[in-house]
Formats: sequence, C-alpha cells, structure tokens
Amino acid sequence: MSEITLRINGKQRRVTVEGRTLLVDLIRDQMNLTGTHVGCDTSQCGACVVKLDGDTVKSCTVLTATLPEGTEITTIEGVSTGDLHPMQEAFSKCHGLQCGFCTPGLVVTAIDIVERSPDGLSASQVRKALKGNLCRCTGYQNIVASVLEGARAMGVQVTEEKETV
Amino acid sequence: MKDTPEKPFKGRLEDRRFLTGKGRYVADITLARQCYMGQVLSTHAHARILSVDTSEAETMPGVIAVLTGADCAADGLGTVPPFFMPSLWGGPEGYATQRKILVDDRVRCVGERIAIVIAETADDARVAAETIMVDYAPLPVVTDARAATEADAPKLWDDNENGNISVSIPMGDKAATEAAFADAEVTIKRRLLSPRIAPFSLEPRVSVGNYDEADDRYTLYTSSQDPHGVRSNIARNVLKIAESRLRVVSPDVGGGFGLKAHMHPEDALVLWASKHVGRPVKWLGTRSECMLTDTQGRGQEIEVEIAATKAGKLTAIRAEAWTNLGAYFWGTATPPLFFAMQLIPNIYDVGAVDLTNHAVFTNLPPMSVYRGAGRPEATYLAERMMDELAAELGMDQAEIRKINAIAPDAMPYTTATGMTYDSGAFADMIDAAARVSDWSGYDARAEESRAKGRVRGRSLISYVEVAGVMNERMEIKFEPDGTVTIVAGTHSHGQGHATVFSEMVADWLSVPVENIRYVQGDTDKVLIGRGTFAARSSMLGGTALLRAKDALIERAKLMAAILLEADKDSLDFADGMFKVRDSNKAIALTEVAKMYYIPAGPANALGLGLTGEGTSAGKPGAAPNYPNGTMVCEVEVDPRTGALTVDRLAALDDVGRILNSTICEGQIHGGIAQGMGQALMEEMVFDEDGQLTSGSLMDYCLPRAEHMPDIASELSEVTCTTNPLGVKGIGESGAIGAPVAIVNAVLDAVRPLGVAHIDMPVTQAKLWSALRDAEAAQ
Repeated sequence: MSEITLRINGKQRRVTVEGRTLLVDLIRDQMNLTGTHVGCDTSQCGACVVKLDGDTVKSCTVLTATLPEGTEITTIEGVSTGDLHPMQEAFSKCHGLQCGFCTPGLVVTAIDIVERSPDGLSASQVRKALKGNLCRCTGYQNIVASVLEGARAMGVQVTEEKETV
Repeated sequence: MKDTPEKPFKGRLEDRRFLTGKGRYVADITLARQCYMGQVLSTHAHARILSVDTSEAETMPGVIAVLTGADCAADGLGTVPPFFMPSLWGGPEGYATQRKILVDDRVRCVGERIAIVIAETADDARVAAETIMVDYAPLPVVTDARAATEADAPKLWDDNENGNISVSIPMGDKAATEAAFADAEVTIKRRLLSPRIAPFSLEPRVSVGNYDEADDRYTLYTSSQDPHGVRSNIARNVLKIAESRLRVVSPDVGGGFGLKAHMHPEDALVLWASKHVGRPVKWLGTRSECMLTDTQGRGQEIEVEIAATKAGKLTAIRAEAWTNLGAYFWGTATPPLFFAMQLIPNIYDVGAVDLTNHAVFTNLPPMSVYRGAGRPEATYLAERMMDELAAELGMDQAEIRKINAIAPDAMPYTTATGMTYDSGAFADMIDAAARVSDWSGYDARAEESRAKGRVRGRSLISYVEVAGVMNERMEIKFEPDGTVTIVAGTHSHGQGHATVFSEMVADWLSVPVENIRYVQGDTDKVLIGRGTFAARSSMLGGTALLRAKDALIERAKLMAAILLEADKDSLDFADGMFKVRDSNKAIALTEVAKMYYIPAGPANALGLGLTGEGTSAGKPGAAPNYPNGTMVCEVEVDPRTGALTVDRLAALDDVGRILNSTICEGQIHGGIAQGMGQALMEEMVFDEDGQLTSGSLMDYCLPRAEHMPDIASELSEVTCTTNPLGVKGIGESGAIGAPVAIVNAVLDAVRPLGVAHIDMPVTQAKLWSALRDAEAAQ
C-alpha cells in the first residue's frame, strides 16, 4: 500500500493504493467516477482513456502507485461543468454515439486530437488518430463527423471535407 | 421523419448522460456490503470431471464462499432449456439440451462454468478461483459441424437418438426442384462458409445479484436486451420460484447485438450466490472471460447448387447446411436456423427450392443470435451465387439481378420458402443504388487503380431482412400534473428509443417532448415486454405504442364528454384538443388528464388515472415486415501483397416510413461496420482440441475507424402494409448486406487473376495465398 496525492478533475485527492491498482480502478472504484469504462483487458479498446498531465492515456495501462505526486488527471466527468464542451455537443448533434459505452474515451480522445491540430484537421487524419478507440455501434462515420464538427466549434479549420482513401 | 434544414437532427434525449460520463451501466452499480464472484472455467473442450478440489481456495484471503455443481444439486437448482425450439416455429421436434449453471459431471466445451468463488474483492475472487484444482478425464473432441455428423464422431449427448444432430429443418419442394434441375441450361455448385464470430458488445457482460431475505425476493441487475425473458428463464427453470419474486433490471446496456438477448449462467449464479452468502454479489466479466463464455454468432457450412437459364433466369436452388450449435441448444438459436434458409430467395423469383439446415452439436461454446441471425448467411448464399451466375454468363451484376427481381406489382408475393413480402420496389432500388454509387464512373476509377499497380473490383448486391418477431406491449400514462410517461416493453441499448418513441407520442398527443419521461428495462416497472433484437422495436413497439395512444384517447374521451357536457361520440381529437363537432367547445387533453387525478367531484365516477396500453404481434402468427436494400461496394487490391482497401460503399435502404432518418442511418453505418468485420477480419478460431486461439483483442480483430470507408447512405420509403405506422425495421440491414457486398467486390477484383473462390474472413494473408496459388496454376 502506498499513499499518493493526485489532482482529479481539479480537486486534490489523497488516495491509498496497492502496488497493482490500475488508474482505471482507482478512478472507478475509489473515486466513484464511473464514466471511465473498461471494455477489454489488453489495453486496446480505449473506453478508459483519460487525460494525464496533458496527455491522453488508457488508464488501464497506468499503475497508480508509479505516478508522480500531484499528477493532474481529467476524466470525462471533468471535461465540462454545467454546459457541455463543444465536443460533447458535436457528438450529440452528429449522432456520434449509440450505446454510449465507448463515448467517454472517445470524447476525451477527440478533444485531444483537436488540441493537437491547431493548423487544421481532415477526416482521414481523424480516422487515423482514432486508432486507439473501438466503437461497435456507429461504424465510426458519425464519430468522424462529430470530431470535425467539434473541431470547427473549437476554432480549428477542417480541411479536405470530402474523404478520399 | 427525414432531417431537413428546417428540422435538423438535434441529438437524442438520452445523449447527455452518456456524454458526461453519467451513463448507468451495471458495472457502475455498487450495493451496500457487495462482494464479488470469480469463476472456474473448463480448460477442456470435452472431459469427465473426476474431482473439484476447492480446499486451498477456501483458505485464501477475502474468500467468503466457494460453490460447485454439487452445491447446485444440493440446493435443488434446475437446468436451463433453450429459450424455444424449432417446433414452436413450425419445424420438426429436435433434441433440446438441459444446461447446468455449474457443471459437475462432464464438460462439453471450453469455458463451461465449474465453480465460483465469492470474495471481498474482484481480485480476491479471481486469485482464489485460480487455485481450484479440477481433475479431468479427457474425451474425444469434435469441433466441425459436418464432421460431427459422421458415424464415428464423438457424441455429445448420449441419449440423442439422432447422433449429434439436434434437428434438421427442411424447406421447399424437393420434386419441383429436381424437375427444374433436370431441365436446367446452367448449373453452378459451391461450398460456402460463414465462420463463427463474436458479437462483442463493447461493454462486457456483467451481473449483480441481491437476495433480500426480508421479502424473500431476488433482484438481478444484468446487462440484457430482454430483462423479462431473463426473469422467466431464471425464475422458472433455475430457482423455481414465482416470477414475481424476481426483479430484473437492465439499465444502460453497452451494446447487445444479440449476445444479450437471452440469459447467461452468471445471471443465475450471482442470485444463488447472494442467497448463500447473505450479501449482494457482483460479477464483472473480463474481456478474456467473455470471449471464452459469450455466445457466438454464425458458424455455418453450406453446399449449394443453382439452376438457371442461359438468359440468366434462376429456376431452382438446392442447398444443405450444417450449423454449428456448439455444446448446447442454447438461448435463441432457433431463429438463425430458420432465417438462414427462409431468406435465401432474397429479392428474387428463384423458382423452386429444396433446402435443409442441420443443427449440429460440437465441442464449441454455444451459438446464439448475432446481428442478422441467419439472414447474413442466406444473403451471402443468394448474392454469391448471383455473381457466380453473372460471371459464368458474362452478364452485368445489376442486369442479372433485375432479370430475377420480384416485380412490385407481384406484391404481396410469397417466396418459395413461405415468406410473404408485402411491399418492395427491388429493381428501382438497384437503379437508385447505381446512381448513388456513381456506377457509371467505375471504369475511370478502375483505370486509376491499374495505373497504381492495383486491381479494382465492385459489387452490387440486394438484401431482404425479415423484421418484427414475437409480440410486444407498451403503455402511455399521464401523471397527475399532466406530464406523460412511456413504459416500454422494448429495450433500447443504443437504438435511441427514448428519443424516437417520445417524439412519436409528443406528436400524437401534442405534448412537449420535454414533458415525456421514458421508462424501460425493469420488470418491476414494466408489466411485460420482449426487449429489443431482430429489428423488431419500430414495428412492434411502435404499433403497440400507437394502440396505447388510441386506448388512452378513448378513455380520455369519457372525461372530456363530461367536462364539455357533450356526447362522447360527438368528440374529435386533434392537435391535443378534444373538440365538439360543429361547435366551438373544446378542451385540452392535458386538462382532461389532470381531471382523472382529482380526488373528488363529478368526474370521480370515472375512477382514478389516465393510462392506455397497447399490444402488437409479429412473426410467427402475424405478419412481419421486410426491410430491403441494395449495396454497392468497390475495393482495391494490391495483387502483390493481398492488401485490400474498401474504397467505396453505398447503401440504399427501404425502411418503410422513416421515424428518424439520422438514427436509421446510424444503424446502417454500424451494421455495415460489423458486416465488414465479418467479411475481412473477424473469426473465432478454435484448434482441433476445441481450444479458443482468438481469445482477446490481441488475436480477434475488430474494425477501427481507419478501416472503414465513408458510407454513402440513402433511405427510401416504400410504405409497409403490415402495420399501421408503415414502418420497416432497420437494426440489422447493414450487417446482412455488407459481408457479401465486400466479398463479391473482392472476387470481382481478383477473378481475372484466376481466383474463383475465397472464404470469409478475407484476410490479407488469405488473399495473398489465393493470389499466389492462382499465379502458380496459370
């Protein structure tokens, strides 16, 4: 057991974890932030993606005890307060979600994709950048549309509107 | 309704909670004093269990109880039969298995549940389960359905008089088919495979069981598409209690696809274990555990021969199929056995058919429904063979289909397999799909591919879906304040029912949609319902909802007549108002509704509360609906490497009257992605010992965003005549058409290179091998 102080969704939290406690388990079981989901056990589905000190990570790959003191973590619950984030709005408007299970990981990933693309974003770039997230419901088409719509709302130019393979 | 610039899609009513991480999935439920269940699964595909040693597990940290099949027997737990057998759908009697929720004598596939550990944490339970020693005496294994029908094959069920065959379902007219083949100008024979695949909802299965001693009542929270079906099965068969003593709740469900259309052993185990330990018990399936224990879809081998004229007109089809049931006849395995045969005629006048489907036991985990449920297999056969015929005769893919298509003026049309299509403009759909897909621009694109050293191929395929099985019930009730609650027997787990049904009721009653609450998925709140699968909810849920509205208006009229001092029969309801005909007297429905909740006064005579209930029925017994469509696909193949890109895919779907076009298209996109997975990537692979070798996402490939083309989808509205809404289903169409659309396009690309046949999944390695074999043969 070890103790560590983290900043989760802007709040300082002192937590006690076992050596084997995965970040996703801490988030879900100790913080009761159940928006972060577990869809696999091989770090491939992306349902557990959170923001960790500015990077997106699959929280099932992180051993909590190894995190530096004061690490900043943002989960889907911390993406917006009150009004929805423009990316959340975009997912709803473009029907980029169905059962909703993959959605939290996708929204966190999508915001990161846009933030890393200040010079513009295309559909094919979005498809490639979504390689770490699985969705079994939507066929991805409306997710791609959502990310581009969210990008526009976040002030990033969308290029190459018509997709080519 | 179609989205328009004036009335665009604005998102679903249920979206906000999913987008903010506030979804309520079963894994998110934590009950006070909850403990956890871990499982011991069989590592042999066929073996006698000699002993189960739990002694070490019982001493492990955090362990509360260890339970085995012997404890099940001691507690008098019952076994689980199939949800229903083919005889209920007019088929022959077959061998129905009885499945123990913990097996104590003989395992018949890997992943059978042998023992459970209940512990303080999920980790404690899993670690302790690892220490349980099962001593097996291995038995011979058979994994292939056709091999399992051989006389010397290992037998799974000793008392099955028909070897490993549970049931053989015949269909069609043998004599007429033989006559047609005797006169045939062209015949083509093929052997086609639809391998086992995983439904793979992104949310793994999960259950929480809670026995309440004070009420002698159980509550099960489970990720299910059909909570009432789960309740019946567990209460009647396993616990042997009155159904009213079991409550089943399925809140938000993270994808179903047929996997969650029936109960799984864990649903019963957590309830039983909860009573044993006196605490709530939670089971969180890990992905690896679910890959091993989930039901799987497809799994069919079929030998088919078609007869036709030289002009390309089909005259007969004969086929014999072997469907791999796995170790049990489990869940809803019956519908795919039928649909895989019944939909073989597809959109065509095929002449005579002679079809048989053998449902065969093997040492694989059980098969049940997966999106499409037999329809993709039927469509794969029909459209593969149509392209084979076109290739044989040198005809155009669209042309040969139009020659054989059933004409709209032939409706209603009964196929050789007994399906009565009420409506459909099949040839028009082919023309429209050609337009949507830029069919005529193909040659230029093929030339571009050639210039890059690649080959391009294309397909144009049609499909028919049969939607609307079983029966359904819906309720609409006014609350005392004039707001409305819909109580749905269907179960939305991504399909957007909360939005679509609420919009329908808002429109009918002229009530603001924000004043409507939608309730589903709790057997204590919903009197009865069948849940959602097989593209059934639009027609059966929608029709039942319409009838609930009619019943509610009829009852409201009684009150309106009193309040307006008019005769009931002189009242008309429109735009949310009851109006007295030929007068200016009128009253709003919501005001009428509120009067039903006034505790005193003259209106009291009508009793308390304003509700309406409606029911509906579909196949078998009443008419279903037949959504249909045409897909056009183009692929590009690198003949040196076998690398394959799905470059274009257009889908034109007749969905009957459109309830919400954005949600319809979402269903189509998702179905196509799953169809693409089936065509190119997905396969549950078992070795000859029946061991699963594709047990995680490391070895089981699911489509990702960059695999998918940008789908061009268009909806067509040919009104359905079998239901008052005119709707047709949409949930499965994409998954039905896409596999053969993609495989046919691949074959079109590589046929000139000498590759005449390839089986799903068309992986790069498989395609490369086929190309090299063809090269060597030339």
